[in-house]
Amino acid sequence: MYKILKKKQLNDSITLMEIDAPFIAKKALAGQFIIYRVDEHGERIPLTIADYDREKGSITIIFQTIGASTKELAMLNEGDSILDVVGPLGVATEYGDVKRVAVVGGGVGCAIAYPQAKALHKMGVEVDLIAGFRSKDIVILEDEMAAVSTHFHLCTDDGSAGYHGFVTNKLKELIDGGAKFDEVIAIGPVPMMKFVCKTTEPYGIKTIVSLNPIMVDGTGMCGGCRVTVDGKIRYACVDGPDFDGHKVDFDELMRRNSTYKEQEKAHLCRLTGGVRNA
Amino acid sequence: MPNMQMTKTPVTEQDPKVRARNFKEVCLGYTEEEAKFEAQRCLNCKHRPCVSGCPVGVRIPDFIAKVAAGEFMEAYNIIKSTNSLPAISGRVCPQENQCEGKCVRGIKGEPVAIGRLERFCADYAMNHADEVEKVEKPQSNGHKVAVVGAGPSGLTCAGDLAKQGYDVTIFEAFHTAGGVLMYGIPEFRLPKAIVQKEIDNLKDLGVNVMTNMVIGKVLSIDELMKDGFEAVFVGSGAGLPRFMGIDGEALVGVYSANEYLTRINLMKAYLEDYETPIKKSKSVAVVGGGNVAMDAARSAMRLGAEHVYIVYRRSMDELPARKEEVHHAMEEGIEFMLLNNPTKIIGDENGNVCGIECIKMELGEPDESGRRRPVEIAGSEFVIDVDTVIMSIGTSPNPLIRSTTPGVEANKRGCLIVNEETNQTTKEGVYAGGDAVTGAATVILAMGAGKKAAASIDEYIKGKN
Repeated sequence: MYKILKKKQLNDSITLMEIDAPFIAKKALAGQFIIYRVDEHGERIPLTIADYDREKGSITIIFQTIGASTKELAMLNEGDSILDVVGPLGVATEYGDVKRVAVVGGGVGCAIAYPQAKALHKMGVEVDLIAGFRSKDIVILEDEMAAVSTHFHLCTDDGSAGYHGFVTNKLKELIDGGAKFDEVIAIGPVPMMKFVCKTTEPYGIKTIVSLNPIMVDGTGMCGGCRVTVDGKIRYACVDGPDFDGHKVDFDELMRRNSTYKEQEKAHLCRLTGGVRNA
Repeated sequence: MPNMQMTKTPVTEQDPKVRARNFKEVCLGYTEEEAKFEAQRCLNCKHRPCVSGCPVGVRIPDFIAKVAAGEFMEAYNIIKSTNSLPAISGRVCPQENQCEGKCVRGIKGEPVAIGRLERFCADYAMNHADEVEKVEKPQSNGHKVAVVGAGPSGLTCAGDLAKQGYDVTIFEAFHTAGGVLMYGIPEFRLPKAIVQKEIDNLKDLGVNVMTNMVIGKVLSIDELMKDGFEAVFVGSGAGLPRFMGIDGEALVGVYSANEYLTRINLMKAYLEDYETPIKKSKSVAVVGGGNVAMDAARSAMRLGAEHVYIVYRRSMDELPARKEEVHHAMEEGIEFMLLNNPTKIIGDENGNVCGIECIKMELGEPDESGRRRPVEIAGSEFVIDVDTVIMSIGTSPNPLIRSTTPGVEANKRGCLIVNEETNQTTKEGVYAGGDAVTGAATVILAMGAGKKAAASIDEYIKGKN
């Protein structure tokens, strides 16, 4: 059992939890993830490690309630426990020899973009953090992100805060304005990552994406998370989740992620219908 | 006077039409009368060829004599003295190639049903738990041993060491111990409550099981040894699935057998009140001919598929699955498309599987494995309409342990290299066994390897101190 030490609602649908997991906290690195199972009937769901405290023996996860399993997790409170948490899984992000990097986060992806920016900032890299949200009222981690970036660019689709437009518009403006990025790191919904890659490709800027396919075990024994990168099958749980975005087949990933769409809806109905209480 | 009936005493099974749609155990096991009657077929021969066929050395004629005398608990204790997991081995061992394959009665008829009798004794003990002598937790000898992986080899190794007083901790990556017994072999062949019971028996011996621990990620083997474990047994199996590398394997509806079976067996996707989803398929092609292929096909049928095809590139004679499983699958309506090899998987405009293209094969000259090599018949391609494809063409060992443990070497197939006498790897104090060493094999061979490694570890630690 893994105890929830702290719970904080970042907006209506995004929750932060700090979890007691000393073994994981000792080894975790930026870019790695955990898999949790909330209770005996639960499924195994991957979440990126947003932060860790090696001394306290805790890790932090930030997640959006989008289906039954994230909703069940969000229903737990400080002092409650999660049945299973396994990690750290996946390969840690490898930072090349870089001077200036654009870290692009979309929605809840900002929760993962943040530790990446933090790690780079600590290394003395000039960081442009481009954070995109639909509107002002769902912005998360604004102060935290501003604190770890050299240039912080908040973007909203509707213009209610910061730059009016998509992260890709901002990124293109910066590049065209003369910003010399050695690398771009994009984390967010699959379409966003796809369009960031499309934006950087003509400029030949290396772009790393953190992929989020369906997973079961997360240790390389089922291949459920397989993605096509550079024409080859790769397992995101052990070979990734970071890949060279210019070589990823995003359309295939989007299709595979919709495999259980109907069943996911049914599960959520059962949960909200009160058939099962977490 | 022995029972000279030439054939095995039949065992009750669920009706094929009924069982093809449920996950309850197919074989219902012997009654006390049937077990006693079958036990009387054993001639109690002096040279005991059956024992030499058992990888964990069960004293077969001794336990069968007790069954014949109606002393079932005594029979169970005899089995248990050398076999930690009898309820499991009695169900899933390929006895025809092991103990029963050597039985004298098999020369002029059917061998004694040793597997069914072993299962009977284990089930009897489970149903009469109050009569089972409570195992005293052995006196600790003060030495710590780590076991990586809670599958059949790890469980057996841990059980044997714990009996000798070792302080044993098993590190398991999944949330449940059992390995392939939990995620691979379906409920209808091996009920999970039985596996759990056998694991609980090990815990009673003092074995500590730590789940959610991926060794190679959360801790390395070197760190375990620094933490005071004097020896490590690696029983991490061969869980890395292979794909064919043909077009269409990334389509929605293509599974590895590992994923399909893990969702069903470990995550219980076939039960309404569990959250893990699985595709509800109409028509399924399972590619491969081993036991795993049979398990996947029979599971798909139980999930309600109208057609389930086994697509295998050789003929019936070369099918690697157990005869009994093939027979069960056929009774349940699985359709065998033999001498066919997939060439590509076809998808619709939404990226969902809608068919599998195969080419017909014929058998040519025997290859290095002694089996006749399948050869394509040019121009014979055809399409089977399916909405799901399950790839069951084998697995190989996960590279995590060998890539994170300096000094542990593997061969070119990724299998850990061990000394055949001792099961020690190329690193001192680190032992290995089961599929991690042999590649995908059987439960009982893994149990045998775990047993052998436990004896070597005992000798190694005693020799050091």
